[in-house]
Amino acid sequence: MNLELTDEQGFLRDAARDALSRVKTVAAAREAIEDPASLPDLWPTACEAGWAGLLVGEKNGGAGLGAFDAMLVLMEAGRVLAGIELLGHLPASQLLDRAGDERAGEVAEGTLRACFVAARPPGDVAAGWTVEALSGSQRATAPVLGDDGMLRGRACWVVDAPGAGLLVAAASRQSDGSPVAVVVEAEGDGVSIERVVRYDATRSIGHVTFDRAEGDVLSGVGGDELAGAWYLAQALLGAESLGAVDTALATSVAYAKERFTFGRAIGSYQAVKHGLVEVLRLRENAYSLLVYAGWAYEDARNEFPLAASAARAAAGHALDYASRALISVHGGSGATWEHDAPLYFRRAQLSRRLLGGLGDATDRVAGELLSAA
Amino acid sequence: MDLNDSPQQAQYRANVRTWLEDHRQEAPVFMGQDDQESIAARRAWQSTLAEAGLAGVTWPVEYGGRGLGPVEQVIVNQEITRADVPGILDVIGVGMLGPTLIAHGTESQRTRYLGPMLHGDEVWCQLFSEPAAGSDLAAVQARATMQEDGGWRLTGQKVWTTNAHFASFGMLLARTDPDVPKHKGLTMFVVPMDGEGVMIRPLRKLSGEPDFNEVFFDDVALDGDAVVGPVGGGWGTALTTLMFERMTIGLGSEAMGFRAERFAAAVAGDEHARRDPEVRRRLGELSLELLAVKFSGYRTLSALQKGQIPGPESGLAKITTVKAAIEAGDLVADVLGPEALDADSEWSHLISYMPGLKSAGGTEEILRNTVGERVLGLPPEPRLDKGIPFSELRAKERAAVASQ
Repeated sequence: MNLELTDEQGFLRDAARDALSRVKTVAAAREAIEDPASLPDLWPTACEAGWAGLLVGEKNGGAGLGAFDAMLVLMEAGRVLAGIELLGHLPASQLLDRAGDERAGEVAEGTLRACFVAARPPGDVAAGWTVEALSGSQRATAPVLGDDGMLRGRACWVVDAPGAGLLVAAASRQSDGSPVAVVVEAEGDGVSIERVVRYDATRSIGHVTFDRAEGDVLSGVGGDELAGAWYLAQALLGAESLGAVDTALATSVAYAKERFTFGRAIGSYQAVKHGLVEVLRLRENAYSLLVYAGWAYEDARNEFPLAASAARAAAGHALDYASRALISVHGGSGATWEHDAPLYFRRAQLSRRLLGGLGDATDRVAGELLSAA
Repeated sequence: MDLNDSPQQAQYRANVRTWLEDHRQEAPVFMGQDDQESIAARRAWQSTLAEAGLAGVTWPVEYGGRGLGPVEQVIVNQEITRADVPGILDVIGVGMLGPTLIAHGTESQRTRYLGPMLHGDEVWCQLFSEPAAGSDLAAVQARATMQEDGGWRLTGQKVWTTNAHFASFGMLLARTDPDVPKHKGLTMFVVPMDGEGVMIRPLRKLSGEPDFNEVFFDDVALDGDAVVGPVGGGWGTALTTLMFERMTIGLGSEAMGFRAERFAAAVAGDEHARRDPEVRRRLGELSLELLAVKFSGYRTLSALQKGQIPGPESGLAKITTVKAAIEAGDLVADVLGPEALDADSEWSHLISYMPGLKSAGGTEEILRNTVGERVLGLPPEPRLDKGIPFSELRAKERAAVASQ
């Protein structure tokens, strides 16, 4: 047993930190609130670093690395609020690689950016494959692949859809409702992607509509693989959240040491100290669960749904708590644009509502355990 | 990163598993009872485990252990849990006090005490806490005074002492010099529990079980060789024990029954509850915390393998375990109803056990202070006891109370 990072993982993390430090991503996040178009394009950085092909096998031109390696990159992105379209791209790339799709090479290089149009797999209570609805707690049915070979349906709040070249959609067959992965050219007929910006301007999201869109069915990709991609996206979103927690905690601790009231550093007061220890506690729990998810992805695939859901729920909750603590430790200024705290708060608020939301991830933890009991 | 057994570890696990399968019918049935009969049965079982090399796994071979690493200890814990048999009776002795003797004791102390401890022939208890020294452990007042012949006389009171009523020896932290600051005037002793002047009074815990005690010492005579570690160096010796305590708890939470799967199984049989969104949310939240603790334990183990010592951050795992187990007891009992509070119910036992565990080994508040200061580097609260001789400190405390 060895859960420390390997040397290679250490290099991967350090290289990611270094590459992202060359762009002022946090300052860009602030500017983007008023002018979303000003957001720097980090995709070239991702391609140059080889992140686009991280999960694509070497045979198809990728690096053939594991899920935890991808999580390490996402942690670094989250740390500096970098909006890189990896949450959509990596699960899609992994499905294309698995199917041996001829486009996997371009996707691994990043010259073709892919996006996973995710659908939530059925659970022990909820039946059917569902996607995010435009509004409300009722989820929408996943797009349907008609008997005519055309894709129809709508998925809202799809992470990283705008600007993608290739969509890998989780869909159901009209004939028997069975799950299927359909690859659709984003520019093709019958496909529309409406770019939306909500609260966190660093996050690229869009509503995707298929209206008799033509696509290819990915061979060898069924329900298990599509569910795997859903849970991979959960784990990656959790990793990205954990990175943001790390920055929020470090910033809060630094300020609690230098800000004095009543003749003492505020970090010496138990009320403040215990709150920051709570952030650390939630952070450590989330990191341990990401480790679990990374291990399960490679060596205990039947536990991956449990591990990834737990990691996403824990990390999302940690970011909620950490971003609020970041604001309150900084007092009034933490709630103004004088500080970066609102940027992390915005990240937390949108993240917790994507990909099924935190509540659904928590419910999946219960569902997996109850099913196994 | 790799969580899987190496070929050697897999072989070790297989051997342990085979042994447990062959001998499980010799194990006592665990009832949570504390009567003489079940204690005798668990002593015998500890001896059987020790002879098979399944107790004191990490102890050096020369003292009856196997000289193996923390991973092998965890493998044994996991396999004992899997076989659904009780572990050793004297976790405090074998897990914490034995290793303290190995680290700080004299050769004759190790030779005399370790063998009978390992086999459960002599059970040990930890005599640290006092009515006015719990989280502020260095405030102990039990006094040991050196005699002309090099022996000592001990007077004072200890409390919350698990297993004292059937222990042969205790490891006791006493004040030997009240005229220096409080951390400096302490010394650690081995105390025979049947000595003249030792009185043990059982305390019933919330559950009603009498496995807790207060212990009184009235001018108890101790030999000069009862001292463990240096005279005046008791605080350092105590820190070693507390480190092993963290390690024992950190690597053993699964063995203590705090497992997500167990709580899910308790709810799963109820067709209504398992579809109830509120039940599922609560189960999901507490389960992910227990799963996190499990993998935090593996992270600790990884660090131990590399020769690192578990730091104060393992206090976080204890906070999480207690929080999640309290929520689990509440959830299961909310689902099952008042029947869960039956005296013989495992859930009633769990629910009664948790409030005390919240303070055991340091209250949640003191753990958060320690982690905040030692891990996050936050400044300490202003302290009024630093550098002041213990005797003066006590006088100030009395004056402060009198002036109110």
